Amino acid sequence: MRVSGRLLSPGEGSGETLHLSAPVSFWGGVDPHDSRIIERRHPQFGVLIRGRVVVMEGGKGSSSGSSVLAEMVRMGTAPAGIVVSRADPILAVGALVAAELYGHRLPVVLVTEGDLDALTSVRHVHITDGGVVAGG
Amino acid sequence: MPVKLTERDRELLDGVEGEGTALAMRIIVGTAEAMGADALLDIVSAHVDGCLHHGVVSLDFAQRLLDGGAQAVVPTTLNVGSVDLLHPELFRGTKESARAGAEVMHAYEQLGCRPTFTCAPYQLEQRPGRGDQIAWAESNAIVFANSVLGARTERYGDFTDICAAVTGRAPAVGLHLDAGRQAHLIVRLELPDELLDEDAAYPALGHLLGAVAGSTVAAIVGLPAATTEDRLKALGAAAASSGPVGMFHAVGVTPEAPDLASALAAGGVREVTVDESRLRGAARQLSTVPGGRVDAVCLGTPHYSAVELRRLAALLAAKTCRIPLFVNTGRETLATLESPTRAGLETAGVTMVVDTCTYITPILHPTLKTVMTDSAKWAYYAPANLGVDVVYGSMEACVAAATGEGEGEPW
Repeated sequence: MRVSGRLLSPGEGSGETLHLSAPVSFWGGVDPHDSRIIERRHPQFGVLIRGRVVVMEGGKGSSSGSSVLAEMVRMGTAPAGIVVSRADPILAVGALVAAELYGHRLPVVLVTEGDLDALTSVRHVHITDGGVVAGG
Repeated sequence: MPVKLTERDRELLDGVEGEGTALAMRIIVGTAEAMGADALLDIVSAHVDGCLHHGVVSLDFAQRLLDGGAQAVVPTTLNVGSVDLLHPELFRGTKESARAGAEVMHAYEQLGCRPTFTCAPYQLEQRPGRGDQIAWAESNAIVFANSVLGARTERYGDFTDICAAVTGRAPAVGLHLDAGRQAHLIVRLELPDELLDEDAAYPALGHLLGAVAGSTVAAIVGLPAATTEDRLKALGAAAASSGPVGMFHAVGVTPEAPDLASALAAGGVREVTVDESRLRGAARQLSTVPGGRVDAVCLGTPHYSAVELRRLAALLAAKTCRIPLFVNTGRETLATLESPTRAGLETAGVTMVVDTCTYITPILHPTLKTVMTDSAKWAYYAPANLGVDVVYGSMEACVAAATGEGEGEPW
C-alpha cells in the first residue's frame, strides 16, 4: 500500500513498523540512551524504538520532547521515521533541529487518520523524501 | 499550505542578519508549518526554556546560534536552568553535569537573554500586558501570560523559543488569535466559600482542570472576584502539568472574561461541574502516600513570589525546621526581598534555591524518600524524576511537618 502525507520534517527512512497504541512523551517517557519506552503506564512499555518507523496518533507532554528527540538523533538511538495523524510541532522541531545540527534527516510525516489506521497493520514502512509512505 | 512570508522574513532566511538568524528563521517557518499557521507575526518579548540542559544537543544548538552571530532582538527572559548559579554548592550531581548545565545557561545569556532564570517571569517588574503578542515557553508561564495577563502566546518550548527571540517572529496561530482564545468548556464550581478561601484548593482545582480540559480553553465559573495572582498561578501550573493547557478564563477574574458570554465560543460548549468531593478526589491523586512522616519539604514550584515568601516567614516565626525545607524562588525576587523576611527564613533553617527547581535537578539528598509539597506541579513530576513519594498539603501543613509540630497532613 502507498499513502501520501505531508512532511513536517523532511527526510527518508525505512524500518519495521512500530505501532504505538497511545501517544508517548519523549521527555520522561523515552530513555534517549537506549530508546526504550519507560513510561510505566504506556501499553508498549519497555519497547525499543531505535531504527523503527513509529506509527502513532501523535506525541504528548513536555515541549522538552524536542530536545530528547534531537539528542536521540545525535546518539544514534532515534527511530528511522515517525508517522503521525495529528500535527505535532514538538516532534517536528526536534527532527528539524537535529537535521540542522547533525545532518541526519529524520522524517516526520503527517497522514490522515484513515491512512494511519491502515499503516498500523503493515510490517515494514518506507518514507520517501516526497512524503509518500509505502508499507508492505 | 505554505506559510506566507514577508519580504523581511525572506531576507532573514537568506542570511542578511547572519547564518544564526537564518537558522532560527528556518526553525520558525518549520514550526509554523507543523502548527498549520498561514503566516508569522511580530512578537514584543520572549521567555526561553532552552537553557535547561537536556544533553549535548542543548549546548550544541545555542552554540550554533552564537557562532552564526544570532542575538535576541526582543526583550527575552530565561527560565530555570539545571544549576543554582548563586548557590552552586546545593548541586549533588556530578561535576561534569554541573559544568554542562552552567554552560548552557551562560550560552543563552550570551545570546542576549536576561539571566532571570525563573519559571515565573510574570513576577518580574516588567511583564507583558493585555493583547501583547509574545513567544513564551514554560508551561506554567504560558498559562499565566495568556490567562491572567491577557498576553498572547502559543505553547512554545525548546529551540522554538530562542528562535522566536532571535527573529522576533512567531507563527500566527492558535492562542495568538481571537478565535483560539475562546472557551469551549465551562467548568462550574459548586464549592463552599470557606474552601475557596484555602490556598490548597487552587492547585487541586488546576489538577482537575488539566484532566478535563486538555488543550481546550475552559471558562471557570465561581472563582471569587478577588482571587489572587498567586492562586491563579498555582491553578495554572497544576493544569499545565496534568494536561496540555495553554489558557483558561476565570469569569469575573481574568481580563478576557468579564462575564461568561464574552469568554465563550459560539456553538456547542461542554459543561462540567466541580463539587467538594470531586475537588478532594483530585487533591488525593496528588499524594502518592497517605501522609504521616515526611523527610523533607519542597515549596516554590512555580517560584514563590515575595508575598508567598513573607507568608512562609510569618508561619516560621520563632520556629526551627527539623527536616530540610527548600524554597525555590527567582534570583530577582530574593534580591529585592526585605532583609528581615530573608533573615527570618534563614534563621528558621530554610534553604533558598534560585535559578532552578528542586524537582528537575539533584538537590535533595538521595536518602530523602518522602517529601511534602504545596505544589501540584512538584507533586506531579517529582515521583518520576526523583524517585520520591509525595504528600500534597497546604503551606501551613508543610510548615507544621517541617518544624515537627505535626506529621505530613495531606489536604
